[in-house]
Parts: sequence; structure tokens; C-alpha cells
Amino acid sequence: MAKSSSNKRKTVEYSRYGYFFIAPFFIVFAIFQLWPLIYTMGLAFCENYTDTMFNVEVGPTFNGLANFKTIFVGNDGSLFDTYTFRALGNTIIMWLMNFMPQILLALLLAVWFTDTRVKMKAQGAYKILTFMPNIITAATISVLFYKLFDFPNGPINQFFVNSGIWSGPFRFLDTKWSTRGIISFINFWMWYGNTMIVLTAGVLGISPSLFEAARVDGASSWQIFKSVTLPLLRPIMLFTLVNSAIGGLQMYDIPKLLTTSGYGDPDYTTRTITMYIRELAFTGSRQMGKAAAASLVLFIVTLFFSLILFYIMRDKDAIKEKKTIKAAQKARKGAN
Amino acid sequence: MADKKGGLHARILGAQIFRNAICIFLCFLSLIPFWIMIVNATRTSVDIQSSFSLVPSHYFLENWEKLLYQCNANVPLWKYMINSCIIAFGSTILTVYFSTMTAYGVTVYKFKGCQFAWAFIMAIMMIPVQVSSIGFFRFVFGLGLGNNYIPLIIPAIAAPSTVFFMRQYMQSALPLEIVDAARIDGSREFNTFNTIAMPLMRPAVATQCIFAFIASWNNFYTPSMLLTSQRKYTLPMFVQLMRGERFRSDHGIIYVGLVITILPIFVVYFILSKHIIAGVALGGVKE
Repeated sequence: MAKSSSNKRKTVEYSRYGYFFIAPFFIVFAIFQLWPLIYTMGLAFCENYTDTMFNVEVGPTFNGLANFKTIFVGNDGSLFDTYTFRALGNTIIMWLMNFMPQILLALLLAVWFTDTRVKMKAQGAYKILTFMPNIITAATISVLFYKLFDFPNGPINQFFVNSGIWSGPFRFLDTKWSTRGIISFINFWMWYGNTMIVLTAGVLGISPSLFEAARVDGASSWQIFKSVTLPLLRPIMLFTLVNSAIGGLQMYDIPKLLTTSGYGDPDYTTRTITMYIRELAFTGSRQMGKAAAASLVLFIVTLFFSLILFYIMRDKDAIKEKKTIKAAQKARKGAN
Repeated sequence: MADKKGGLHARILGAQIFRNAICIFLCFLSLIPFWIMIVNATRTSVDIQSSFSLVPSHYFLENWEKLLYQCNANVPLWKYMINSCIIAFGSTILTVYFSTMTAYGVTVYKFKGCQFAWAFIMAIMMIPVQVSSIGFFRFVFGLGLGNNYIPLIIPAIAAPSTVFFMRQYMQSALPLEIVDAARIDGSREFNTFNTIAMPLMRPAVATQCIFAFIASWNNFYTPSMLLTSQRKYTLPMFVQLMRGERFRSDHGIIYVGLVITILPIFVVYFILSKHIIAGVALGGVKE
């Protein structure tokens, strides 16, 4: 009796130390992430800009939904036809153009690298080289590509013109789709190695006996891929998707440093949402209030994507459990 | 029967050749932009303008001196490197140490609210810094910390994804019996963490150090928002400067500048590539 009570006291005494261990994280989070987030949300409902003529800051004063009105409703009164949603659209288009080929190529390579019949001995080297662009500074890569696609004497133009494939140089960075294409390509090229490594690890995590059983049953490689690999890889692929979507929505460095003026040329067709927010807040009349409202829109879109992930990930286990319970009940009924 | 087997072998060989060819092409694609960069760094601006080449020339040192000269007129090149190093080292140490500490707190101690704290860390993992940057900017400048490294280093203490990784690793690498044993031997709680838990976590700490360092070294978004004086600029901001008027006239020195910013990462990567790739794979599977 005495012993158990002393034991109890001891555990209580130690568990309180947990607070000290997690305190720095939560204090810093509250100061540098939570408070700025709340502050941004508050500013979204305020008028706050700098009068460029007298260089004085106006506000922040509460002005209700006025910022959101300019963000959601265009000058001619049409919904969503605004700079914010155009920037959001650009971001999503460029993300899709990078993600689609990225996941397909990563999946293909993951299947190749884990194929036990056709062994690839040099895959270690392939992984190292294809992952490499991922860790190089995005700013440096963008400026490098800016030089490579330079008009008229960038190396790419020189190569195609000198070899006689093209009759004249092409204005890559003054054409909407080629600029978008280059930005998407850089993202694709930087990230497919990462996705491939994650998916390869995912395939290796699948029990080998499943593949063996399928092979014994006479399934072809395609059938094995379609009905064993793909379904079991779904959670990891979903995670990749959401991670990439959230990262893609914040795209900034590459379009900022690749486009000629740094403001999403040509004609703002490669201006991403984060570029637009920073342009609103830090150039011209520094419209902090409007920028905060645009940030809030970005936050909600981001939140939407992460909620999808949580929903699907959490629900799956619950559904499984429910199914087994139902099956068990059915079996019992059948027995009765 | 033998014939069928031979046919199978031929098919496997064919697939092998095809797949390796694709992979070699992809590796080539990864390397070629950097190769062009290195080659052009060794050529004169006039050469770069007039023709395309994959063979290095011998003007690297001249371009390098010109670059240093151009930079010295304003802020010397090494200054950007030192600045990037200060921020990257500072934030890496804070991220890794405090993330391990937070993970230790929620793994070892069963205090009230422990579950909630963990769920909270998971939930905030997905919030990117960009969405709160307006508030962050105003808050930091309100405190008078604009153009200062404190808001670039201190927030590194709260890194949810690193905490997540550390906890995953801790659950398999740190038996709670060891913590109990240390208590019986009279070790104090923080002492146990520093002298027993940290050494056991060494592989995870090393992996996360690499990732935190690279992330901070490559960061352009926050520094370019907060730092206003050129003497405080980091390396990615220097890269942005190179696009400007002062450097535009000479193509050779831009390429040299790019080489200089990439070189440290290249060296680190090719030394540590195995650990980095293992770390990426681990992160993916655990999540």
C-alpha cells in the first residue's frame, strides 16, 4: 500500500517535467507563428496602406469586408475576375503542369527500381543524380535558367539556332506558355527525384509476399502494378499530392527570379499568389490590409487541401474498423 | 523450353537496357544545366554571347577576379556567405535541439494535455509561413527587429515537421527503461535528456541537421522580406542582385557568381548524398 502510493507520487512528480520540455516550442510558436497569423487575420479587416504622396501610413482602421470585396469582385462587378484569383489560377495551373508529369515519372521509376526481375544495379547513382536539383538553392536555379533561356543569345537559343534546327531565336520568357512551361519544368525537375525516392520506399514497404502470391497466381506485371502496388501506395501518394499542392501554392522564388521584371511576365500570367501578396504589401502604396485579405484566401485554400488529407487518412482506418465490425456481425447472424 | 527461357532472358536484357537508357538520360538532364553553368563560368562574356559550347575555356580566374572587384565596390562576396552561414548554423542548431526536446517531452512524459499537444503539433505542420507573412512582417518591424537576424533564427525553435520526425525515430530508438534507469542513478531530467537521449538520437539528429541546414541556406522568401541593408543580405539575395543592372553587362561573372553559390551545396551533397537520400526515404515512409 505504502509502496504503491509512493510510486504514484513519483510518476506525478516526473510527468510535470514534460511541460518544461515542450514549453520552448509552444512559446516560440505562439510568438512567431500564431500571433502573426492572428495579426494577419485582423489586418484583413482593416484599411492599412501608405499614402505615397505624403509618405504616411494610413490605418490600420477597421473597415469590415471592404478588402475582401476588392479581392472577390472585379472592377466590372464580376465575381472572381480579380488580380488575386488570376494569380491563384496561375499558381494552380503551374502546379498542375509540374505535378502531373512528376507523379507519373516518379511512379514509373519507383516501379522500375523495385522490380525484382529486371534489376537496376546503378539505381543508387540514379537516385543521387536525379535528387540533386532538389537541394540546390531555388534562387540560383531560377537565375541559371533565366540565363539559359535568354534572348537572343542564351545557350538554349544558341544551341537550336547554331545546329540549324530553328531559323531564329525564340523569346522564351516573353511568351505566356513557354514561361509557364519553364517554371513548371523547373519545379518538376527539382522535385521528381524526391517523390521517386519517397514512392520507392513506399513500394519497398509493401510485404514482398503479396507480390510473390500475385506472381504465383500468374498475374502480369501490369496487373500486379494495378491491383497490388497502386492501391497499397495510395496513402503515400495522397500525402505526396497534398504536400506538393501546399508547397506549390506558396511558389515564389522561381517565378520571382525567372521572369524578366520579377513581377510575373509576360503580362502577369506567371504571377503567383504569394508574389501578388508581396507586391501589394511591399511595393507602391503598401496595401497591407488588402495583402492580408489575400493571404487569408491563400490560407483557406491551403487549409482546404490539408483537411482533405486529414479527412481521407483518418476516415480510412475508421471505415476499415466499421467494415470489420459489420462483417463480424453478419457472420454471427449467419451462424445464428 | 530452353528457347522460351532464352526469350525471357532477352526480354529482361532489353528492358534493362531501355530502363537504364531512360535513367541515364534523366541523370544527364539533372547535370546539363550545371555543366553549361560551369563551362560558361570559364569563358569570356564575348564568347558566351557568340557561341554555345560544352568545352570549358580558361578564363575562370579572370571572371572570378572581375566578380570580386564588382562586389567589393559595394559589399564583398564573402560577407554574403558569412551571413548565410550565421543564419543557417543558428537556425539548424535551434531546430534540431528544440525539436528533439519537444519530441522527448511528448514521448517520455505522460502529462495532462500530452495527447492534445501532439495533435496540435500535427495540425500546425501543414501551415506554411507564407500565409502569415504580412502579420509577421508588421510584428517584427513593430518590435524594431527588421533588418536583424533574430526573426530569421529564433522561429526555427518551432519546427513541427522536425518534431514529428524526431518522435517517430524516438519511439524506436529510445527505450523508456533507459530513462527510468537514469532516474534511479540520480540523473536529473534535463541531464538525462542531454547526456542519454541526445546521443541515442544521433542518426536522426544528423539527418535533420542536414535538412534544416539546406532549408535555411536556400531560404529566399523570409530574408528578402526582412533584410533591408545590403550588408546583411544572404547568398540567395546576392543571386537576385546579380540579375540587376550592375552585373547584366558581363555574362561571365554571373555564371561565376552562380557557381560560387552552388559549390558549397554540391560538395556537401556529394559527401552526404547517401544519408540525405536515406533521410528522404525514411521521412516518406514514416509519414
